Amino acid sequence: MNLTLKIWRQKNANDKGKMVDYKVNDISPDMSFLEMLDVLNEQLINKDEEPVAFDHDCREGICGMCSLYINGEAHGPDRGITTCQLHMRMFKDGDTIYIEPFRAKAFPVVKDLIVDRSSFDRIQHAGGFISVNTSGNTIDANAIPVNKHDADKAFEAATCIGCGACVATCKNSSAMLFVGAKVSQFALLPQGQIEATDRVLNMVKQMDEEGFGNCTNTGACEVECPKGISLENIARMNTEYLKASLKG
Amino acid sequence: MSGILNSSIGRKFAMALSALFLMFFILQHFAINILSVISPDAFNEASHFMGTFWAVQYLLQPVLIIGVIFHFVMGFVLEIKNNKARQVSYAKNNGGANSSWMSRNMIWSGGFILVFLVIHFLDFWIPEINTKYIQGDMSGLLADGEGYRYFEELQHKFVPIWRVALYCIGFVFLSLHLLHGFNSAFQSIGANNKYTKGLKGFSKIYAIGIPLGFIFIALFHHFNH
Repeated sequence: MNLTLKIWRQKNANDKGKMVDYKVNDISPDMSFLEMLDVLNEQLINKDEEPVAFDHDCREGICGMCSLYINGEAHGPDRGITTCQLHMRMFKDGDTIYIEPFRAKAFPVVKDLIVDRSSFDRIQHAGGFISVNTSGNTIDANAIPVNKHDADKAFEAATCIGCGACVATCKNSSAMLFVGAKVSQFALLPQGQIEATDRVLNMVKQMDEEGFGNCTNTGACEVECPKGISLENIARMNTEYLKASLKG
Repeated sequence: MSGILNSSIGRKFAMALSALFLMFFILQHFAINILSVISPDAFNEASHFMGTFWAVQYLLQPVLIIGVIFHFVMGFVLEIKNNKARQVSYAKNNGGANSSWMSRNMIWSGGFILVFLVIHFLDFWIPEINTKYIQGDMSGLLADGEGYRYFEELQHKFVPIWRVALYCIGFVFLSLHLLHGFNSAFQSIGANNKYTKGLKGFSKIYAIGIPLGFIFIALFHHFNH
């Protein structure tokens, strides 16, 4: 496959940045999207040009590091995948492919296609945990019975890898699917009840302070989420937040 | 409880509550308007009751006006805030791949509904307030005193085809707004459960049926005056 790539290039966080055109030839349809970018970078290095910076780590859809906005969609045109799981067979010979970083005020561009998603870490620090004494006194989680339905729902919420596709794809750059999943995974379990009030209030407060937009229920986040996190988690967070606000 | 309206979820909840209130109002508005097709006398009686009963005039009407203003102002405030959350736009964005046109363009359908509401207020509400509270005529009777004026006035308004067309366009935008807004309001107040699928079906019936009914009423009076 021969392709034209339109890639966002930005030297650093302060640079204005622009789209730059590149040609790549003889791309195998069996390559992953990131392998195709590796081919491009090899070409650029051989020409003594600056390679394109992009995030990646596990390359098997678990770590949530790869974060590209491809042809107008987070993680590209396929469903239920991260960018590293996107294959070139999803494109046709001669295609022009737009490759941009995830865009949000709360995800500032560091360089080229790499964005800083530490705002997600700060939301997690605000309450995305349970306080358990683990210093030689670890309690077996299975000692507390959990309803199967709740356990399954909590597990589904916990599969969120925090990649940020929900924010990138939302027209409002809202982080509510991410925060909804993180709140839900504890709200559904007995272990999460003790800190439930503070958790949701603090996480939502931090989310708002980071500059994410408001959810308008377009549902785009759910469609683009590589882990299929449901909008049900946002509804649950809303309920948890209102309960906590009335209590606190 | 403090600061709930300053939070993203609190604002979303308030937006949803005002939307649910307005959707209930639209339903009762439709219920009265459809009487004009079924029975002019019943329409006159209902209109006179709504136009003169103190609880409707001095309690529900101000609440409705506050609800409408709140919904529009909050809608625009949230739109501005949301636009600020993404300062650099995508060179290519394929919104149609993951969300409906209606859900992405609530501000535009809402804006057109606002324009329609201004026209609607100029056509009906302001003349009504003028007759009742400036001229002081609370009788609801025609100038010759032969029966109520409401049905006559309604038919007279829908004689010009341009006004009928304007109203039809307004109702199309209302339908587009409700197609996303109805179900979205329930999601915002945390109602996403086993009833959601059924609610989505009902929301489509409401969002298409009610505006279509209003269009029918406008056309009926245009062709039967």
